[in-house]
Amino acid sequence: MIIVARNLLHAVLFLILSFVGIAGLFITLSADFVAVVQVLIYAGAIAVLMIFAVMLTPASDRGNTGNLLQLPALVLGGLIIAGATYIVIETDWREASRGPFDTTAQAIGEALLSPFVLPFEIASVLLVVALVGAIVLVRED
Amino acid sequence: MVLLLEVHVSLEQVLIVGAVLFAIGIYVALTKRNAVAVLMGIELMLNAVNLTFIAFARFVESPRPIDGHVFAVFVITVAAAEAAVALALAVAVYRYRTTIDMGKINLLRW
Repeated sequence: MIIVARNLLHAVLFLILSFVGIAGLFITLSADFVAVVQVLIYAGAIAVLMIFAVMLTPASDRGNTGNLLQLPALVLGGLIIAGATYIVIETDWREASRGPFDTTAQAIGEALLSPFVLPFEIASVLLVVALVGAIVLVRED
Repeated sequence: MVLLLEVHVSLEQVLIVGAVLFAIGIYVALTKRNAVAVLMGIELMLNAVNLTFIAFARFVESPRPIDGHVFAVFVITVAAAEAAVALALAVAVYRYRTTIDMGKINLLRW
C-alpha cells in the first residue's frame, strides 16, 4: 500500500499502519517492551516527523511517483524474497525448547546497564549529536 | 494481549515475513522520487531487521536470549536519530532548491 498510494500523505498513514502491525507481531513473539517502544517511537515520533516533512515541502511533488529503476528494483526484491526463503527453509536453526518470556522490561534494563553500558552511552551521545545536527540544519540565518 | 500471546507462530514464518518486509522496503527506497518516500523505505527495512532479531531472540538456543531485544532497542534508537537528521536535510534542501525530488538534486555533481 505504501507503494501504490497516490498521495504521499496516504503512504505515510499506511506506513504507520504497518508499524502498528509489526508491533503486534512483536507481542506474539513475547517481546512486550520492544512492542511498546515500537509504537511510541515509530508510530508516534517518526510518523509525526515524516508528516511534518511532507507538509513543510509543499511545492514538491506529492504524487508518490516512481522512477526508472522500477523493474530492476522489482527483480532485486524478488531475488531477496526467494533467496531468504530458501535459506530460512534449508537452515537448521537449533530452536530452543523454552517457552515465551514472562516480562522482558526488567531483563532489558539490567542488560542495558551491565553488559551494554558502553553502547548505551554511545547511543545517548548519538542522540545528542543528531538533535544538534537537525537543529543546525534547519535553522534560518 | 492474552489472545495474542496464545497465537503460535514458528520461526520460519516470522523470518519469511521479515524477508518480504525487507524486499518491500528496498523496492520503495530504490524506486520513489520523493526523499521522504525513500526514507520510508529505509524505515521499513530497519523494521524488518528488528523483526528478525526479535524472532531469533524468541526461538533460537542462546545463553543470553534477551540480547536480541537489547539490539532491537538500539536499532530503534539509531533509526530515530537517522530519521530526524534525514528529514532535517530534506527540509534544508527544499529551502535551497524548492524540490526534494531525488532525480533533481544534483548539488554534488561537478
